[in-house]
Amino acid sequence: MSSEPMLPTHFVAPVKEAGPVVVDAVRVDAKPANIWSDGWRDLRRRPTFWIALLVVFIVLLMAVWPTLFTQTPPNDNCELANSNGGPAPGHPLGFTFQGCDIWARIVWGARTSLAVGLIATIIGSTLGLIMGALAGFYGGWLDSLLSRIGDIFFAIPYILAAVVVMTVLSQNRNVFTLALAIGGFAWASTARVVRAEVLRVRQADFVMASRALGKSRFGTLAAHVVPNAIAPLLVISTLSLAAAIVAEATLSFLGVGLGSGTMSWGNDISQAQQSLRVAPMALIYPSIVLTVTVLAFILLGELIRDALDPRARARR
Amino acid sequence: MFAYILRRFVQVIPVFFGSTLLIYFMVFAMPGDPIAALFGDKQPSPQLIAQLEEQYHLNEPFLVQYFYYMAGIFQGNMGVTFSGQSVNDVLARTLPITARLAIMAIAIEFTLAVIVGTISALRKGKIFDNTALVISLIFVAMPIFVFAFLAQYFLAIQLGWFKPTVGGQNDWGDLWLPALVLGISLFATSMRLMRGSVLDTLNQDWVRTAYSKGLSRRRVIPVHVLRNSLIPVITNTATNFGVLLVGATVTEFIFNIPGVGNTLFQATLRHEGPTIVSFVTVFVIIYVLVNLVVDLFYGVLDPRIRYVK
Repeated sequence: MSSEPMLPTHFVAPVKEAGPVVVDAVRVDAKPANIWSDGWRDLRRRPTFWIALLVVFIVLLMAVWPTLFTQTPPNDNCELANSNGGPAPGHPLGFTFQGCDIWARIVWGARTSLAVGLIATIIGSTLGLIMGALAGFYGGWLDSLLSRIGDIFFAIPYILAAVVVMTVLSQNRNVFTLALAIGGFAWASTARVVRAEVLRVRQADFVMASRALGKSRFGTLAAHVVPNAIAPLLVISTLSLAAAIVAEATLSFLGVGLGSGTMSWGNDISQAQQSLRVAPMALIYPSIVLTVTVLAFILLGELIRDALDPRARARR
Repeated sequence: MFAYILRRFVQVIPVFFGSTLLIYFMVFAMPGDPIAALFGDKQPSPQLIAQLEEQYHLNEPFLVQYFYYMAGIFQGNMGVTFSGQSVNDVLARTLPITARLAIMAIAIEFTLAVIVGTISALRKGKIFDNTALVISLIFVAMPIFVFAFLAQYFLAIQLGWFKPTVGGQNDWGDLWLPALVLGISLFATSMRLMRGSVLDTLNQDWVRTAYSKGLSRRRVIPVHVLRNSLIPVITNTATNFGVLLVGATVTEFIFNIPGVGNTLFQATLRHEGPTIVSFVTVFVIIYVLVNLVVDLFYGVLDPRIRYVK
């Protein structure tokens, strides 16, 4: 220990005298900010968001109202005389090797792809929300049990699981069974995300307040925890929708989707591959539509995720 | 480390039995006759029915059937295919080919992801980064069978750089095109993870410390940044292994490679239920084991993980 006197080693700036400033004036009439309005303000300014939304809108319109896009009726649009024909009036993309109108098949196929994707996502997200919320909120043995069940479903790649389900259900393949086969196995990753989010929200003061005010545990979970965990669910649902559309196409390609009588992009691509060398366009056009649709959903999901996450906004 | 290995092994047991039980349940405990369901519109011969009933112990209660099946697997007997071949024989012939394809694909994926992801992160917001992000988004969105067909059509049929199909010759050199297709289709997610991970690591204290003690960029980036950024990419390779297996099934069919995936695909085309079940089970077992191995590796790479309960 030295007992030398301390020498001033730092320069200390003189205190600047300033009058009192109003720092805590709050505009009472301002709309309260929340993640949704902040997120919307961020999304609104991004052109990619509008482009993706436009693509999704067009595909939705095709699914709901196909006659708006093509006059060719479904299924009986194949004339062998047109085999491999080029674009003709009313048939802008030409014909497949079997003489089917490529554009008409794309338009009518949108319904199958979107229906399977939507139903599978609803099934997967609902299951994932229930399992994840219960596991995260109640904890304890219920968490262990539900998380282990989730691990089991996670361990089976869901397309392979759907292959098995569709093989067993070979007698009743329809949009619902196909969606069930995809969504019934895709929920595990959603459940993990929801569980993590619920674990985080559970610690918040308003949850404790709700309990202290005498609300039941389940009531608190439903009224306060779940609504606050919805943002990541929305993001992962949009991304799962993209994955489910890919899954439908892949299963149709593998021959365990909807039969070749149903028009879907996966069926179109898988039928076109037999004549890839002579009629490549029959494969390339549906591939582009499929990829662009999936891309639009992925972009939407990622943009929403970034918009709802203040840290991601700050990182940009 | 030993406690960590032991804990992981204990955790994998319920997943292993649960997932195999689930597949088995879907096929053999559904209402109706499982044999009829497995064959669909085909009419199996009475001998085949008798053989399958004996093989799967269909006269016993469900759990006993499953017990016999698992006992068989632990004795190294994976069952019999539709045409009466032992699954073990088929696996011995096809698994090495699929393994070769998978190793090449993962090597391509990993190399590309690490190189492109790191450069992207270091040049965040520049042309290279933006181009890489757009390309990776397209590959995230494009289903692998679409990419495989496009590559086959343009690179093999139009340009003639590769043989369009592989067939019986499937040495390392013959698998270039399918491995590229599989690797590139997987690369997108890994590259984006790598980019994010490098960006995170660049902000860490130890990187600042490394720079401030005078180390050059040439030393800081590979030693202090890359090693610490690799973990998410490695984990992703493991969780994505299921995608790889499905992708291998599709590429093997499109490029006509006689691997496990192609066998599974041919079985689905011919509606050969029992073969499908056996091979999906094989895939799930491989998937669970790969994840176990990667988790163990992960414990080696990051000592902190070993101590987390």
